[in-house]
Amino acid sequence: MAPTIMTVDDSASVRQMVSFTLRNEGYEVIEASDGKDALAKIRPDVKMVITDLNMPNMDGIELIRNIRAKSGFKFIPIIMLTTESQAAKKQDGKAAGATGWIVKPFKPEQLLAVVKKVLR
Amino acid sequence: MQLDVNSQAFMEEAQDLLTELESALLELEEQPGDTELVDRVFRAMHTIKGSGAMFGFDDIAAFTHDVENMFDRVRNNELQLSREILDLTLACRDHIAYLLQCAGSGTQVDLEKGSALTAKVRLMLGAGDQQEPADAAPAQTAQSADSSFDEEDGSRRLTYRIRFKPAPDIFLTGNNPLHLIEELRDMGMLTTYVHTSALPSLAELNPESCYLWWDMLLHTSAGEQEVRDVFMFVEDECELSVQVVDSGDRIDSDEKYKLIGEILVERGDLKPEDLQRVLSSRQPMGKLLQQAGVVSEDSVESALQEQQTVRDMQQKREASSEAASSIRVAASKLDYLVDLVGELVIVQSQIAQMVHEREDADMLALSENLERLSDELRDATLGIRMLPIGTTFSKFRRLVRDLSADLGKEVDLVTFGAETELDKTVIERLSDPLVHCLRNSLDHGVEPPQQRVAAGKPRKGTITLGAAHSGGEVLITISDDGKGLDRDRLLSKAVERGIVAPDAELSDKEIYALIFAAGFSTAEKVTSVSGRGVGMDVVRRSIEELRGTIELTSEPGMSTVITIRLPLTLAIIDGLQVQVGEESYVIPLAPVEECVEHFGTADSGRKQIINLRDEVVPYISLRKLFDVSGTPPEIEQIVVVNALGSRFGIVVDRVVGEHQTVIKSLGKVFKNVEGISGATIRGDGTMALILDLPRLVQSAISAR
Repeated sequence: MAPTIMTVDDSASVRQMVSFTLRNEGYEVIEASDGKDALAKIRPDVKMVITDLNMPNMDGIELIRNIRAKSGFKFIPIIMLTTESQAAKKQDGKAAGATGWIVKPFKPEQLLAVVKKVLR
Repeated sequence: MQLDVNSQAFMEEAQDLLTELESALLELEEQPGDTELVDRVFRAMHTIKGSGAMFGFDDIAAFTHDVENMFDRVRNNELQLSREILDLTLACRDHIAYLLQCAGSGTQVDLEKGSALTAKVRLMLGAGDQQEPADAAPAQTAQSADSSFDEEDGSRRLTYRIRFKPAPDIFLTGNNPLHLIEELRDMGMLTTYVHTSALPSLAELNPESCYLWWDMLLHTSAGEQEVRDVFMFVEDECELSVQVVDSGDRIDSDEKYKLIGEILVERGDLKPEDLQRVLSSRQPMGKLLQQAGVVSEDSVESALQEQQTVRDMQQKREASSEAASSIRVAASKLDYLVDLVGELVIVQSQIAQMVHEREDADMLALSENLERLSDELRDATLGIRMLPIGTTFSKFRRLVRDLSADLGKEVDLVTFGAETELDKTVIERLSDPLVHCLRNSLDHGVEPPQQRVAAGKPRKGTITLGAAHSGGEVLITISDDGKGLDRDRLLSKAVERGIVAPDAELSDKEIYALIFAAGFSTAEKVTSVSGRGVGMDVVRRSIEELRGTIELTSEPGMSTVITIRLPLTLAIIDGLQVQVGEESYVIPLAPVEECVEHFGTADSGRKQIINLRDEVVPYISLRKLFDVSGTPPEIEQIVVVNALGSRFGIVVDRVVGEHQTVIKSLGKVFKNVEGISGATIRGDGTMALILDLPRLVQSAISAR
């Protein structure tokens, strides 16, 4: 069984692109539109989280901190979607416990390369 | 622009975002101090930019970039939110809508409108806009640097030294060092050394903490950036160094790979001045440094591993470029060298024996060193004489082609193992017997085409000639898919010729072995190819002269397989030294299966057999065979050998042990002595005769 991956983004198109790419590779995907939504939807079988940083209600950094604090998700890989201009955000994300990042804009291959890298 | 599903989704989303942007901007006009509203504006811009770039709306992304920046500043209180900014942003929002519309309908964009707005936004940003192009530029150069790296690299393989010390809390970011190492492993040949010195006792161990660090060597065609990219998520938090230690083009230099001290200094494990201090005495460097306490055992181990790996790699490269540097030497020089090595081995074993008797520890160490060196020298020297057997194979191809045409048969010759190496002399002397076997297969084995078709076989027959290594021997097989041997005809012929008694009961193996008996030829009429009385017995003798054995098996109607076993070399063998009375003999070690004790010599007449784990094994007594004087000990030894396809026991007084045996010819005078193939000089200078097992067994069988 391919692992379940959660994608969190307030942009429906990015969410769609991410989940389309991952489902194509056989992953199960759970979509969430912001941090709060993600925390409500996350399940024990989620093996990886891909999250945007700028989101309403609860942003990505806050989400990472919250996931890390949840029992059972201490070591889960969390990848943040950042843009070139957000170098400082990247640092904040790392400090909050993000595993790595993907710089937007990205291509499906880049996304898959990172997923395979951290899930192996 | 072609609109795919993703682009379509973006368009729809962007429309929503623009609406959201507009309402947020209008609200902001009424409540200028509301940071939440500023955030909403910023987020909407950010998403339009990010998603736009992702789905190929580069113009929208580029345009929005500046507006987003402007609001980022407002958000960070670097820019005072003014009516002007709001107007401008609303205008920009309209422009984004316009751009979207153009993209949707495929109409040409009026560029001027956009650049006018961008200019205004930049003006608003003031000095900040200077930095903007710089933000995009590094990304671009990084990219081009990447691609040139790929191009330049091609198939060139480099060796990287990678030191990876992850932060103790690496696991808490969801990263796993093991994954990273596995990723490296997938890139090429990876050697790892793990440093465990920081590992605490189990009681103090925090399972969420990483205590280990690694020194690795990666041999790969990947570029340095690619190697570094493996660590991209962790490189800020870990200690990482990637260095090229072997660029793969060192072939021409005679220089060996770095000395251990150099490696340690390069890695930063050791200070150069410490190295100098320790260098003054003479001992293995790693040990010295360790004893001096300037570097840890771990580091030395790890550096040693690197040294070994890279040196191995360089050696392999040198070996592959070896072909160009071979030299031709007169065979007689090589023969002389082999002779000398043989003499050296004898002297060495004399020394070894003497040292053993004197029980002198110092001498023993020296003697063991000498033994090791002479062993290596022997192997190296004999290796020089080795040639691939393939050279003879090509000769046979022609033979099969011509002969099959003569005989009106269609035959393919398939060969394998042409690269198998054999002593040059053996190859030369093997040629005639092989020709004979091939002729037999062509003449008697493979049937004429019509007959084959009638038997439901392919029209074309196949003869397979192959060579392979098997332990200390070379195995040569000649097989054909012909009609096989007629067991009954062989037997009746043998009885007719008086080779076996009419009432003899023989196993299949023994019957097939009859074909090698002297004066045996089954071809009813003499053909030009074979059957002129020069039968397989000549082949057998030639092979035995090479100290080899020959064996035949057959499946009637299907195939005949001849198997020839040959020793790798003629000059030196591993032998088992045995003692009978005062006499020493050497039994070639290869066919020896085991040694068992033999109680009592109450031989019941001629039936000399022992029961070995429910198998009846005949034996002969060397004492009787060679008429050695004296009385045998109460418990004798039986050396069980496998010769001519059957097990056989040889009774001796005592088994002395294994010895390297240099074979000395007995000369012409003793050429016809049965059962002895040569002699050797023992460690104490006395002689020992080398038993010729196949002949010994043969004569024992016929004596029975």
